[in-house]
Amino acid sequence: MIRLPLVLIFAALLFSAGVYGVLARRNAVMVLMAIELMLNAVNLNLIAFSASLKDVSGQIFALFVIAVAAAEVGIGLALVILLFRNRASINVDEVDLLKW
Amino acid sequence: MVGLLHILAQETGGTEAAGSAPNWFMTHAYIIPLLLVASAALTLFFGKRTPGKGTVYGITALVIGLVIALGCLIGIAQGSGVATDGVHWFSIGGFSVDAGYYVDGLAATMLVVVTGVSLMVHLYAMGYMHGDKRYTWFYFVLSLFTAAMTVVVLAPNLFELLVGWEVMGICSYLLIGHWYEEHVNSSSAIKAFITTRIGDVPFMFGIFACIVLAGGTTSNIQAIGEAVGVSHDTVLVTAAALLLFGGTIGKSAQFPLHVWLPDAMAGPTPVSALIHAATMVAAGVYLVGRMFEVFVHADPAVLTIVGTIGAITMLGAAILAMVQDDIKRVLAYSTLSQLAYMVAGLSMGETGYSAAFFHLFTHAFFKGLLFLAAGSLIHAVHSNNMSDMGGLRSKMPITFITMLIGSLALAGFPLIGGFWSKDELLVTASTGHMWLFVMFLVTAIATAFYTGRMLFLTFYGPYRGHAEPHESPSVMTGPLVVLAIATVVAGFLGSPFTNYVFADWVHFGTPEVHSFHGAIAGIGSIAALAGLALGWLLYGPKRDREVDPLRRGLGSGVWGVLQHRYYIDDFYFGGIVRPVRDSVSAGVVWFNQNVLDGVVNGAAVAARSGSGAIMWVDRNLIDGAVNGAGTLMETFGKALRLVQSGKVQWYAVGLFAGVIALSLFIFR
Repeated sequence: MIRLPLVLIFAALLFSAGVYGVLARRNAVMVLMAIELMLNAVNLNLIAFSASLKDVSGQIFALFVIAVAAAEVGIGLALVILLFRNRASINVDEVDLLKW
Repeated sequence: MVGLLHILAQETGGTEAAGSAPNWFMTHAYIIPLLLVASAALTLFFGKRTPGKGTVYGITALVIGLVIALGCLIGIAQGSGVATDGVHWFSIGGFSVDAGYYVDGLAATMLVVVTGVSLMVHLYAMGYMHGDKRYTWFYFVLSLFTAAMTVVVLAPNLFELLVGWEVMGICSYLLIGHWYEEHVNSSSAIKAFITTRIGDVPFMFGIFACIVLAGGTTSNIQAIGEAVGVSHDTVLVTAAALLLFGGTIGKSAQFPLHVWLPDAMAGPTPVSALIHAATMVAAGVYLVGRMFEVFVHADPAVLTIVGTIGAITMLGAAILAMVQDDIKRVLAYSTLSQLAYMVAGLSMGETGYSAAFFHLFTHAFFKGLLFLAAGSLIHAVHSNNMSDMGGLRSKMPITFITMLIGSLALAGFPLIGGFWSKDELLVTASTGHMWLFVMFLVTAIATAFYTGRMLFLTFYGPYRGHAEPHESPSVMTGPLVVLAIATVVAGFLGSPFTNYVFADWVHFGTPEVHSFHGAIAGIGSIAALAGLALGWLLYGPKRDREVDPLRRGLGSGVWGVLQHRYYIDDFYFGGIVRPVRDSVSAGVVWFNQNVLDGVVNGAAVAARSGSGAIMWVDRNLIDGAVNGAGTLMETFGKALRLVQSGKVQWYAVGLFAGVIALSLFIFR
């Protein structure tokens, strides 16, 4: 059985990669994919602790997160398509109308 | 008032046991002032709506009053003692004052004089004041005055006396200034009021001194008299006497406060007759008589001072009466002189008491008569000046006859009016007061002279006026006739024919025993006849009147001094009134310019600088706070909006930075 700390370190690395992607990527599709990375890092943590603590509630939580993430990606991609239609670009830096 | 009458009616049982019991009139004498006050109120409130414009109230009240007064006199004549009673008025600590009445011989005779003369004046004024625009008001003040005078006469204590005294003063003021549209009249009224008020100040302190003498618990005149009799504090008694005499000097117009009375002639002539000849001015003399215990027990110097002032006024005023052209001024100076007779008479002590008041009694009738007759003349010729009269004997026969009787009574012509009272004064003075005897005689000559001058200038020679003279209506001549009869009758009350009955009525201590002195009566008659003869010589019908003969005789220097009333009025005005007035007015101006204006301007300056400060506060602090809040928000907002870049990833940076910061804070 894989030792818990290894999984946690892996999940942390995966989360950090996701954060980096969210903060640094200009492409909206890439940002969405980075968010998926972060969510999956969290799922990994939930399942790891569930297995370690012999408690299934963590796994059930993970299922919910996957469901929500699917919905979120669906909405997010729809937004990106609309953005592209309007701006002919999916660069998030250019989408700054909501400012002072 | 019905309640008060009821109370009084129940309490009128108490009387003093001396002689026989007082009759009903004496124990109900308080009705007179109450009736007169009521009549004054009725005149004031309903007079204009009453037929006859309100004269009926005062006249009715006075008829009843005269009946009661005569009833009182009958009681006195029957040998009744004093009637006095009162109800509690007010208390201050241990000091209490009653409201009541005190009827003795003096009060009874004064009541007859006051109600009698006042009734005649009320009737006479119906003719004299006919058509006056303040006719009803005139009658109101006249009735109020009479009420006040009866209060003075009946007062059992000094406070009640003072109330009447002051109401008389204000009525006198109102009546002198009755025609106040003319400046002279209103300033005469002010002069009279202020001059008498100067005398009232010592009078007030005299009252206080008397209350102290009586132990500080009462101002009752009898109690004061008894206290003074046993007091060893001669200094206080002397001071009280002198202070009380101050009131007399003011009210009875004695030197040096005599200046108001001649000017008081600015009032209507009936007023001059009633107030400034017969009654009010006699109140000062009456006061001395009422408080005579104090004068008798004071240092003898007090009576000497009283006599000296009387003597100075007596002759000084008589001389001035010789040079007047205004007939009312002749009579005014004559009044001064005759009042001084009374004052001088009282200064002779107990023996002069009866004589002085007998002179007051006769004088009230003949001087009232003379004034009313003079008013009749003025009414006819529309001028006060004797230079506008002359030869009126045939045109105004009733006025002539009555005025002749009054004049002879004033001059001391044998057997008429003033002859008897002057004779009594001379008799009294002949025993131990020789200098007063001489003064009485000299003044009698002067009196007869100016009386003669007045008669000859008005009724003899050619008529010099412009109006068309005519005899006055009967409502005016009627009172003249009544007063002429009263003058003659009053004189005989102190004659050997009636066994000097007046002295039995009015006396101080034991009644004086009088006897007829042929020599003294002869001297008095000669003085009167000499004066009248001198008047005939200078002013008889044959004389040229272009220049006053007396002026040629005296030379213009002396004449000028007399015309200027010895410069006393000028001295008062120039030496006292004007400096005081000017300095006061200068002070008032200064006060106004500097203090009042300063306060006003200062208030404005303060308000302006205050509002400046407030404006500064408003502009800087309040607006500053408001604007500052705005500016602050703007500044912060400007700083903060930089954060809201619209770049989502920067928001995410903040989000994660916050998470990291929280984590560090929690897991530290």
